[in-house]
Parts: sequence; C-alpha cells; structure tokens
Amino acid sequence: MKVPGEVRETFTALMADYAMAIDENRLEDWVELFEEDCDYKVVTRENVEQGLPNVLMWCDNKNMLRDRIGSYRHVNLYNLHYDRHVLGPLHCTGNEGPVWHFEVSYSLFQTDLEGASRLFSVGRYRVEALLEGDSARLRSVTVIADTGLVPSLLATPL
Amino acid sequence: MKPTIDWPRNDYSRVPFRLHHDPALYEAEMERIFRGPAWSYLCLEAEIPGPGDFRTTWVGDTPVVVSRAKDGAIHAFVNRCSHRGAMIVRELRGTAERHVCLYHRWCYSGAGDLTGLPFRKGLKGEGGMPEEFDMKAESPRKLAVANVHGMLFGTFQPQRADPIEAYLGEFGMGIIKRFLARPVRVLGYSRQRIAGNWKLYAENLRDTYHASLLHEFFVTYGVDRATQKGGVKMDARHRHNMNHAYAASDSQEDAKAAYADTAARLDRMQLRDGKLLQFRNEFEDGMNLAAPTFFPNALLIQINNSLATRQIRPKGVDAHEVFQTVFGYADDDEAMTRHRLISANLVGPAGLVSMEDGEAIEVVQKATRSAGAACAVVEMGGRGPVRDLAHRVTETPIRGFWSYWAELMGVEPEGAIR
Repeated sequence: MKVPGEVRETFTALMADYAMAIDENRLEDWVELFEEDCDYKVVTRENVEQGLPNVLMWCDNKNMLRDRIGSYRHVNLYNLHYDRHVLGPLHCTGNEGPVWHFEVSYSLFQTDLEGASRLFSVGRYRVEALLEGDSARLRSVTVIADTGLVPSLLATPL
Repeated sequence: MKPTIDWPRNDYSRVPFRLHHDPALYEAEMERIFRGPAWSYLCLEAEIPGPGDFRTTWVGDTPVVVSRAKDGAIHAFVNRCSHRGAMIVRELRGTAERHVCLYHRWCYSGAGDLTGLPFRKGLKGEGGMPEEFDMKAESPRKLAVANVHGMLFGTFQPQRADPIEAYLGEFGMGIIKRFLARPVRVLGYSRQRIAGNWKLYAENLRDTYHASLLHEFFVTYGVDRATQKGGVKMDARHRHNMNHAYAASDSQEDAKAAYADTAARLDRMQLRDGKLLQFRNEFEDGMNLAAPTFFPNALLIQINNSLATRQIRPKGVDAHEVFQTVFGYADDDEAMTRHRLISANLVGPAGLVSMEDGEAIEVVQKATRSAGAACAVVEMGGRGPVRDLAHRVTETPIRGFWSYWAELMGVEPEGAIR
C-alpha cells in the first residue's frame, strides 16, 4: 500500500532503532521501544503454516519483556556472541487511524568471540505500531522465523 | 567391525570423551542401537489421527515415514525408495492414499509396500523389469510399531527387542500413561540443532546434578531446586530414567542454605509478571517437574503446565537436532491453552530454564575433541551399582545409560554392572 513518505520514514527509523538496540546489546533500550500494553512473540513458519500456535517466546506485556531481559542480564547463561541484523524495506499492509500494520524481512547474523560469523535466523517481523506525530512505538511484534531449526540456542531477542 | 572401548572402570563412573567424537562408533550406534533392538520414539498418535495421515520422522539417522492406513493400523517404514534411494515422502506431514517417489514414480502404499512402478512390463513389448521382479521383497524396510497410550515407538528388530511393556518397564508404561491420560492436542513444534554428539544430550537428561546449577532460573525463581522433594527413578535395566520434583516442597530458608556457595541469586530477583511461573496442578501426583527419558531418543517433559515430547535426532558424530512437540489436552479451554503457551517460555530452544543446555553441550564437544584418552568423571551420587535415589544431587542415571549403551554396542567391560 502507498504510504506517506514521512510515515514510512518514521517506521523505518523505529525498526532501525529496534535492530541497533539488540545488535549493540542495549536490550533495555529495545524494551523501551514497546508500549506498556504490548505483545512480542517469536514463532516459526513451520508452525504458522500448519496453523499451530506454539511459540518460542511470548511476552504479552512490557513487564514480561523486562523480565526476559532481566533474566538474560542476571540469570541465564548462553552462547557469548554479537548479533547483527540486516533489515529489508518496510511493507505496509494497512492502518486504522494511528495504528499501522507493516512487515519487514530480517536476516540476523551471529558472530562468536573469535570472530566467526554465521547466519543465525532469517524471517520477517509482523508489526503493529502506534504513530504519534513524528514518533512511533511498538504495540505488537510477531517474529515469524523461517529458520525453525534454531542453531545452538535462542537467547537474545530476534 | 566390532568396536572396542577401554573402560577404566566397570561401573561407568569414567566415560572416555572419545565416545562423542569417533565416527566409526557413530556408525556402529546407528546400526546396533537405532536400527537394532532398541525402541525409538517416532511421534504422537494424535499427529496422524485420520486414515492416510502421515508424518516423516527420524530413527537415528534413518528417515522414516509413520502413517495410518485405511483400517486405522499404524505403519512405519524407511523413507527411501527401493529403486535408487530417493526420499519417497518429502513433506513433513500430510494425508495420502499412496506415496509416489518423484524420481521414477515408484509407488508405495500407506503401509510402505511397493505396489507399482511405471513401465514394469516395458513399452510395446520392449524393455521393462524382469518377469521375476518381486515387489514385495523389494519393499522398504519396516519397523514394528508399538502404541503406548498414544506415544508411538518403533523398532527395526522386533524379534530381538524386548516386548515394549518389558522395554519401558512398569516405570515407563506408568509415566507415559500419566502424561497421556487425556486425549492430546498438539500445539506445535520447535527444533534446535546443537553442535554436539547426541549422547551428550542423552547424558544431560540423566543428570539431575546440573539442573539447578546450570539452569539458574530454576533456582532463582524456585521452579526447581535440589532442596525440593523429588529424586530419580529408573527402570529395572536403568536405561530410562525420570528426574522429578514436587511443587512447593522446600522452604526458601533450606534453599538459601543449600545454595550459599553457588552464584544463585535467591533474593535479588523477582519477576514483574508472575504468570510465567504459575502452576495449575493437573496431575494427581502433584509433580510440577517431571522429565522421563526413554532410551535411546525420547523424553517427555513437564515444567509446570508446559508439556512436550522431545526426540533426539543424531546428525553426524558432532551434531544433533532436538525436535520438540509441544502439546496440551483436547479438552483444554482457550485460557488453559494460552497458559500453556506462556509456560512454554520456560522450555525449548529459547526456554528460560533450558537454553543453557545447548551451550553446555557445545562447549563440551569443543573442548573434548582433543582430550585423547581422558574420561568424564561420573561419580556424583556414588559409584558401583546403579539404583533409584530419593534425592536430586546425582548423575547416577548417566551410568545407567552407558551400561545399556555398552550392552547394545557389545562393548561392556569385564564384570560390567547393569
């Protein structure tokens, strides 16, 4: 769908913030891109195509997101790595007033401490975001991962 | 060729690291265990409810089709065309009256019998297969299938295998019934590829010792602590085991004292949204954690209200896939399904209490490649005979695993314990 340039620009910037916050290990900043009443879910294409509801992660409000990030920071042990997202162009599918729906493809590479990189996950984000003037917040992000076969483990958000 | 192993001890309290790295041993395992007399988990009956329904799966490194025939009978056969070896069924699942290999269109029934092939009699009297070509004799290899309360197991050597009841034992039969007492509804799948030998995962499942240490989330939030009432149970042959714990059966004070010398943070952390840890008791026994493991490739797991089967799929000597089937019950209402999915945050490849396993196994695989003749130390919980324990600081079932592994592989040490 055709989208006003400034709207596209605002959401493109929002998703760039999203990716950069994860990639630069500012996970607390990543959480702040969401509204309080939000939904973040990681599902796989295999399940979606079979109409199955299973999730790899599901936080149905911002506190659950905070809990997950808190858990990464203080409790969980996982593979030491760097993330790097490469995002595709924004594909808008509609809006109801200030609430916009769009999809963005992503590739996520992981690099270990010795510098070896691998493709970790590829898929798309299905996003619902709230536009307020020239700023925007995430209401809902569903990560539909084509990569259903998780390499090693999935810790930091996609 | 018969493998040989220098076991330093007859009770498997020392396990040579090379058992996770030797490609020849891996090939022998595929033959002697997975294509031998062990019963491997295939899938759930609920995944093929109707006539013609099929699913593809793996038994060791052998691709297998599990399907339900028109008469309701369940069949399993090797997913490899008898002609030139192509994978017959390429989809993950579906419904079909027959399966046709894409390469030369050889045709198989739902039971895995070769039923036809194009140009069998040639064309205009020329070419074709020899008259004596026997389709039945050339059908793909079949597995015997056993349906245990809706959990399907298969073996390539039913004549050598124990009957399934004896194989699983009273312990196994009982615990499967406990998980599958109500009709199940599959909620979906997750997959994880771990760069480590499949037996490291099998060991991990039999190691209660690590649970509350590696998985700090367990302890921090009181989901599972060694101070809880629980323990490990095994079948009489010690090939299967179950780590289990009872909800709210320890006190915060006990836990604090016990974990005083570890890094566990029992006070500092609190969840902002507690529903993640909510447990709605739905089993008579009151267990909130139960993880029965079945030799060689299966696990049923309950963490609070999250339920799943897991199948270990070896992928060469240094990798395996963990294929998880998450389920609830057919009579769950919408709220319960949602609760189970929220609880699913705890398990699987991104599980808050399980993600560490992938990392632990990979760093063992990495560091032991160069270990030469060195061995793992498996003594927590004691040496000597393997037996059930009413406490949770143990890795004894690992020794049980190796004893049965060694028996099937034909490599038991002299005077081996069983």
